[in-house]
Amino acid sequence: MDGEELTEQETALYDRQIRVWGADAQRRLSKAHVLVYGMKGTVAEFCKNIVLAGVGSLTLVDDRVATEEALSSNFLIPLDENVYNGKTLAELCCDSLKDFNPMVRVSVEKGDLLSFGVDFFNKFDVVVVSCCSLAAKKMANDRCRKLSKRVAFYTVDCRDSCGEIFVDLQDYRYSKKKLEETIECQLQYPSFEEAVSVPWRALPRKTSKLYFAMRVIENYEEAEGRNPGEVLIADLPGVLKLKKELCTAQSVNESHVPDNLLERLITNTTEFPPVCAIIGGILGQEVIKAISGKGDPLKNFFFFDALDGKGIIEDISDPNAGK
Amino acid sequence: MVGAGGIGCELLKTLALSGFQDIHIIDMDTIEVSNLNRQFLFRQSHVGQSKAKVARDAVLKFRPHINIKSYHANVKDPDFNVEFFKQFNVVLNGLDNLDARRHVNRLCLAADVPLVESGTTGFLGQVTVHVKGRTECYECQPKPAPKTYPVCTITSTPSKFVHCIVWAKDLLFTKLFGDKNQENDLNIRSSDGASSSENVVDVFERKEDEDVEQYGRRIFDHVFGYNIELALSNEETWKNRNRPKPIYSKDVLSDELAHQNGSVNKNLATDDGSLVSAMASLGMKNPQDIWSLSENSRIFFETLRLFFTNRGKEIGNLSFDKDDQLAVEFVTAAANIRAASFGIPLHSLFEAKGIAGNIVHAVATTNAIIAGLIVIEAIKVLKSDIKSYRMTYCLEHPSRKMLLMPVEPFEPNKSCYVCSETPLSLEINTHHSKLKDFVEKIVKAKLGMNFPIIMQGSALLYEVGDDLDEDMVANYAANLEKVLAELPSPVTSGTVLTVEDLQQEFTCNINIKHRKEFDEEKEPDGMLLSGWTQPPSALEKEDKSISNGASTSDTPIAATEAEKDEIGIVSAAKKRRLSDIVDSELSNAADEARNRNQLQVIDDEDDLVMLEGNSDGYKKKRLQ
Ligand SMILES: [Zn+2]
Repeated sequence: MDGEELTEQETALYDRQIRVWGADAQRRLSKAHVLVYGMKGTVAEFCKNIVLAGVGSLTLVDDRVATEEALSSNFLIPLDENVYNGKTLAELCCDSLKDFNPMVRVSVEKGDLLSFGVDFFNKFDVVVVSCCSLAAKKMANDRCRKLSKRVAFYTVDCRDSCGEIFVDLQDYRYSKKKLEETIECQLQYPSFEEAVSVPWRALPRKTSKLYFAMRVIENYEEAEGRNPGEVLIADLPGVLKLKKELCTAQSVNESHVPDNLLERLITNTTEFPPVCAIIGGILGQEVIKAISGKGDPLKNFFFFDALDGKGIIEDISDPNAGK
Repeated sequence: MVGAGGIGCELLKTLALSGFQDIHIIDMDTIEVSNLNRQFLFRQSHVGQSKAKVARDAVLKFRPHINIKSYHANVKDPDFNVEFFKQFNVVLNGLDNLDARRHVNRLCLAADVPLVESGTTGFLGQVTVHVKGRTECYECQPKPAPKTYPVCTITSTPSKFVHCIVWAKDLLFTKLFGDKNQENDLNIRSSDGASSSENVVDVFERKEDEDVEQYGRRIFDHVFGYNIELALSNEETWKNRNRPKPIYSKDVLSDELAHQNGSVNKNLATDDGSLVSAMASLGMKNPQDIWSLSENSRIFFETLRLFFTNRGKEIGNLSFDKDDQLAVEFVTAAANIRAASFGIPLHSLFEAKGIAGNIVHAVATTNAIIAGLIVIEAIKVLKSDIKSYRMTYCLEHPSRKMLLMPVEPFEPNKSCYVCSETPLSLEINTHHSKLKDFVEKIVKAKLGMNFPIIMQGSALLYEVGDDLDEDMVANYAANLEKVLAELPSPVTSGTVLTVEDLQQEFTCNINIKHRKEFDEEKEPDGMLLSGWTQPPSALEKEDKSISNGASTSDTPIAATEAEKDEIGIVSAAKKRRLSDIVDSELSNAADEARNRNQLQVIDDEDDLVMLEGNSDGYKKKRLQ
C-alpha cells in the first residue's frame, strides 16, 4: 500500500501479529514515532507492548533517579542498586527496551513536560503521558493539538488496583470491517481540558465512579501544589472536603464519589503489577489501532478496577459539541 | 504454571512483580523466531532453547531472590502425577491445546488444587477459575469437535482453498515425502477400474536413475492432469458442479521457461537460502505475493528438486511442519495449482502457511492483559475469597461499555463425567467393533486418557504400562483384536465397563448398549457415546473425514500442532470467519456461556442484566 515492503526479517518476526492486523498495519507501525513521559510500571508495560509490536521509534522521558519504590512494578530494571545507581528511570528502561526488539529505535530525551514546545511534539505520532500534573496534561495535549498533523494523545495513571486511560484522537477517521464490507467511520474527540470540563450533571447516572474519584484527586494535587502521586492517606480529610465542594459545585449527589473509593486510591499509591499489565495492554492495543487506522478505538476514557474486575469505556464529552 | 509461551512469559513476569515467591513452570517447547514478537522474555540468541528455562533465567534477572523451578518437559509425562500437583496452592494454565488442558483439569481435580485456565486469540481472551466442587471444571461443558472435511470433498470436489491445502498437505505431501505405508486416499476416488491401486502406487515412486525433473513432471501430470481427467469421466459428480480443468506440465511451462528454471538454479547454487527454499533459488521474495499458475508450477518443480537433491535422506519420514520452509512452499504451490484447476482463488504463501499450519493469531497485548487477570484470580484463590472468583472475557468490541467483562463462575455440571462421576452410555455393535476400536475412538479420542486400564467388573481387559510382563502384553494385544462380545469376559448389552487412567487418577463407568446399525454419515465411528453431550461433529456426507492438521486421535500428545497461547474465541462472528483456519481446540467458554440461554453479568447496580445467546454479538435485555 504505502510503498516499501516489509523485509523478510520483519515478516518472520511479526508473522503472528500480521495475521491479526495485516501487512499494511505492520508497515504503518514501523513508521510511527512514539513519545512516553513518566516511566512507572504501567508505562513500562506499554513500552514493552509497542516495542514488540514493532513501532518505528520510541522516545522515553523521565529524569527522575531510580528508587526502589519507582521500580516495584517495573520489570525493565533489575532491583540492584549497582545497576541503577545514579541513572535516570528513562535511561535504565531504554537499555532493556532496546534489547526486546533490535528493529525499534529506543532513545531518551531529557526535560520537564512543561518545558517542551510545540516543535518538540511535532516529531511524534503518538504521545503518552503519565505521572504528571493536571496542568501538564492539559498543556501537552494543547500543544499536540496546535500541530497541523494529528498526534494521538493519551494519559495513563494507576493507583491502588485501579487504572485510567484518557484518549484524544482529535478528528479521527478509520475503517472497520463489518461482515464482508469495509466501512468508513469518523469520531470527534474532545481535548483533556474539554473532557474534564463537561458538567458532571450532564453525564449518565451510571458513569464510572472512578472517573469522578480520579478528578477529585487530580484537583486536590493541583490545589495543594503536590507532585503527581503524592497525595497520601494523611490527606484524606482534605480530599473528602474537596470532594464535597466539587459535588456541590457540580450539583451532583455525593454518592457519585464514594469516600471508601477515595480512601483506597490514596492509601496505596504504588501500582499493582497485574493492573499495570492490564492497563498497559489496553493502552498498547489502542495505540496500535490509532496508528494502523484499523478497528474501533476507545472514546475517550477507560477504567479498570481489579476489585470488581470490570474494564469499562466511558465517553466523557460534551454531547452538544460539534453539532 | 503450565506453559511458558505467549501467556506464560507475561504471567511469569507479573507473578514475580506481584510478589509470588515460589513458582514452578513446565513447558516442553523450545523457542522459535515467530515467538519473539510477543514472548518478550526470549531473544534471537535463545532460539532452539527450552522456553521454561530461558523464561526462568530472564525473570530472575529482575527479581533475583525468588524461587523459580523450570521443567523442560511435557505436562503429560508420568512424573507430573497427582502427588506432584498436590504440592501447589494453585495451578495456572497458559496452554495451547485441548488435550493438555483436559489432562491438567483432571490432575487438578484429583489433587484438589484450584486451576486458573486461560487462552487468547488475536484481541480476544478469557480467564476462568475451576475449583473442585465449587465451580464447573474445565470439561463440564463439551468442547467443539475438530473441524473435519468429507474425504470426497478433499479428493474429488474441493470448493474452498482450505480443501486444496488439506489435499496438498495430508495427501500429496505425505504420499511423496512421508511414510509410504500409511493409508492414503490420494487415488481412491475413481470409478475407473483400470487404475488398480497397485499401478497407482507405482506412479509416485521415483524410478531408479530417473531424472528428478522428469520425475517432477510425471507427478505433476499425474495428479493435476490424469487424475482430473479420471474424475471428469465420472459424469454424475459434475451435474451440479463446475467441471475442473486438467493441467499438464507442458501447458504451464514453456520450453524456454523450463530451461531458464534450470539455469537459475545453477547460478544460485552457492546461495545458502537456495538449499532450503525454492523461493530463494527462484529469486521470489515476498511471501505476501500471490503467484501465477506458472510461478506455482515452477515452485512445485523446484521444491521437488530440492527435496530430492538436498534432503533425500529425510524422504519417507517427513511429516508436514509449518516451520519447514520447503514443505510450506511445496504445499502452497500444490494447493494453488489444484485451486486453479477447480476455479478456486489462489492464495499467497503467507496465507497458505497460516491455513496449513493452523497458525493462530497472537499479539502481545492480549497476552499481557490475560496474564494480569490470571494473577488477580490467583490472588483471590490464595485468599480463598470464593465469592469474588470471576471468569473474565477480554473482548474486541465493547459489550455494555465493557472491554473486560467479569462473569460469575458456573456451578459444576451435575452430569459432567469428569468431575461428577456420572456414568456414560455407549451404543456399539458388540459383534463387530473390536476392543481396539473402543480404545482408539472412545477411550483415547473422546475421553482423553493416556494410560488407560479397562475393566469389566474385576476382570482386566486391557492396560498399558512399562511394568507388564510378556504374557500380559501378549494377552492384551490379543484382546485388542477381538470383538467385544468375544472377549474373555464378554462385553454385551448391559455390561458396565470401567475405564481408568492411573496418571490422571480418573475413572469413569460406561454402560454398554448393543446396537446393530449405524448411520455411516452421521455416526462414522460406528459407535455413539452419550450421557454428556458432545456437540455433533462437523461431518457432512462422507463415511470418512479428514481434518486439517494432526487430528487428536492420531497424536495423543498434541502440543505440537499449534502455538502456545491460543484458544478461546469470544465473538461468534469472528469464530465463523476463523473456523476454517483455526483448529477446534479452541475451547470456548464464552461461546458456551452464550449458548446457554442466559448469562448473568456482575453488576454493582441493583438491576440485573442478562445477556442472551445471539450469533451476532451480545444482545442486551434488562430485567426489572
Ligand atoms: Zn466437570
